[in-house]
Amino acid sequence: MSHKIVVPIGPYHPLQEEPEYFRLYTEGENVVDIDIVLGYVHRGIEKLSESKHFDQVPYLVERICGICSNSHPFAYVNAVEDLAKIEVPERALYIRTIIAELERLHSHLLWIGLAGHFIGYNTVWMWAWRYREPVLDMFEMITGNRQHYAMMKVGGVRRDILETDVPLLKKTLDELAPAADMFKGAVMDDPVIHARLKGIGVLTKEQVIEWCVVGPTARASGVDIDVRRDDPYGVYDKIDWNVIVQKEGDVFAKAVVRILEMYESISIIRQCVDKMPKGEIDANVKDVPAGEGIGHVEAPRGECFHYVRSDGTNRPVRHKIRAPSYVNVASNKVACVGGTISDAAITLAAVDPCYCCTERTAVIDRQTDKKILNGWDLVRLSQEKTQRLKK
Amino acid sequence: MTALSEIKDGLGEKIVDCYQHSPKRFYLKIKSKDLKVAADFIFNQLKMRLVTCTGQDTPQGIEILYHFSLDKTGEIFSLRLLLEDKKNPSIETLALLIKGADWIEREMWEMLGINFIGHPNLKRLLLAEEWPKENFPLRHEHEHE
Repeated sequence: MSHKIVVPIGPYHPLQEEPEYFRLYTEGENVVDIDIVLGYVHRGIEKLSESKHFDQVPYLVERICGICSNSHPFAYVNAVEDLAKIEVPERALYIRTIIAELERLHSHLLWIGLAGHFIGYNTVWMWAWRYREPVLDMFEMITGNRQHYAMMKVGGVRRDILETDVPLLKKTLDELAPAADMFKGAVMDDPVIHARLKGIGVLTKEQVIEWCVVGPTARASGVDIDVRRDDPYGVYDKIDWNVIVQKEGDVFAKAVVRILEMYESISIIRQCVDKMPKGEIDANVKDVPAGEGIGHVEAPRGECFHYVRSDGTNRPVRHKIRAPSYVNVASNKVACVGGTISDAAITLAAVDPCYCCTERTAVIDRQTDKKILNGWDLVRLSQEKTQRLKK
Repeated sequence: MTALSEIKDGLGEKIVDCYQHSPKRFYLKIKSKDLKVAADFIFNQLKMRLVTCTGQDTPQGIEILYHFSLDKTGEIFSLRLLLEDKKNPSIETLALLIKGADWIEREMWEMLGINFIGHPNLKRLLLAEEWPKENFPLRHEHEHE
């Protein structure tokens, strides 16, 4: 009889440092099954939303996620605008697009840094987060906040982008482009990263379709979907840009998609700043009629979906939210199985999952009940594999 | 041929009612017994992606919307059905047909008390183990503090 050992990653994820529990069933080094337990930070936001009026909900849904805190309000306002058939002033649409792409930039830089750290490239981690800082500075300049920008409102945006802000925004983008070149070189030309990430955590095209996976995780497996192009919102249909697709489906392909998407984001923001017309930024919506509406946006991690139903009062009677990690994390069931324990860390991280908090993990031998490994040992195992490859 | 007419051709009288709210948003009413056939046709024949499902407690019963996205055109088709028996709402599972339906069915089971017949792993997803049984947070009779 084979000797199966359960490797619990969580309930606080040791790498993302957020609460989520992956129970890996292993035989020797190999992962043979995985059980995913979540809900540790479930706050009942759908239910809470029913007690807020339509103008308060963006502040609530902004707090679903600290990293893509613009995507949820953006999807929500799209849903209410679909429900009430509201025309949004063009300048507001440009501002929404700029904020959404700045968010993608900082989110992808965050992921590149973390992924570098997981495989033992701490220099990549430090450099990526160093270049993320100026992006957060742009948020502070435009919105007043580094996170939770509070820009979206039904019918428009809350703050304008001032003429005096534009030169610094352009300068920051000009400085970010060479940094993106550097990351592209650091990842795509490094033989050790090729050896470490290629063929690891593969998600095939068929699996992506079966599990209804979205975003960069789907695009890295050759599934060409992107809400920005497929169902344009904001001004994505007025801008020249490309959807980045890779075929391999491994962790390397996911990294490549995110790095190349940064170039597209920089280009989109530049075009928006140049084309942005002057004018109103708010349609001044007074009432939301009875009805139902659907809004979805391409968040940095994939499609973020909101369904809103109104009964004609000033509060939603139902508000359904589906974040991209909800479907992407579920796909770890297939991506992780068949790999080794030392690859589990980077494979689980490759979908860029989104949860929050601190670390706690232990590897326990089921037969003797003795602790074998803790969270940092998992990071060490992953980093040691890279070291071996470097030799 | 539009996706809407393909659905109408393929499902015929199974579509009880249909309305288009905005250019890319369609709502199709079906009977609960036809769900599996309809979902199979839309997912496997028309190659749409199941985005998620919305369960809702309404005065008439428990309503479920299955949101399917046709990514080629950006259209979203929501299949709507009503489970009139509010005491024991139950419906066939889609989790065996579409793996992406696994989690959302577990969520609707714990939040609204809908029984998904044949679901391979119907256990709690988001609520804590110690949450009282028969207390469904998204039902209107549930009082939250």
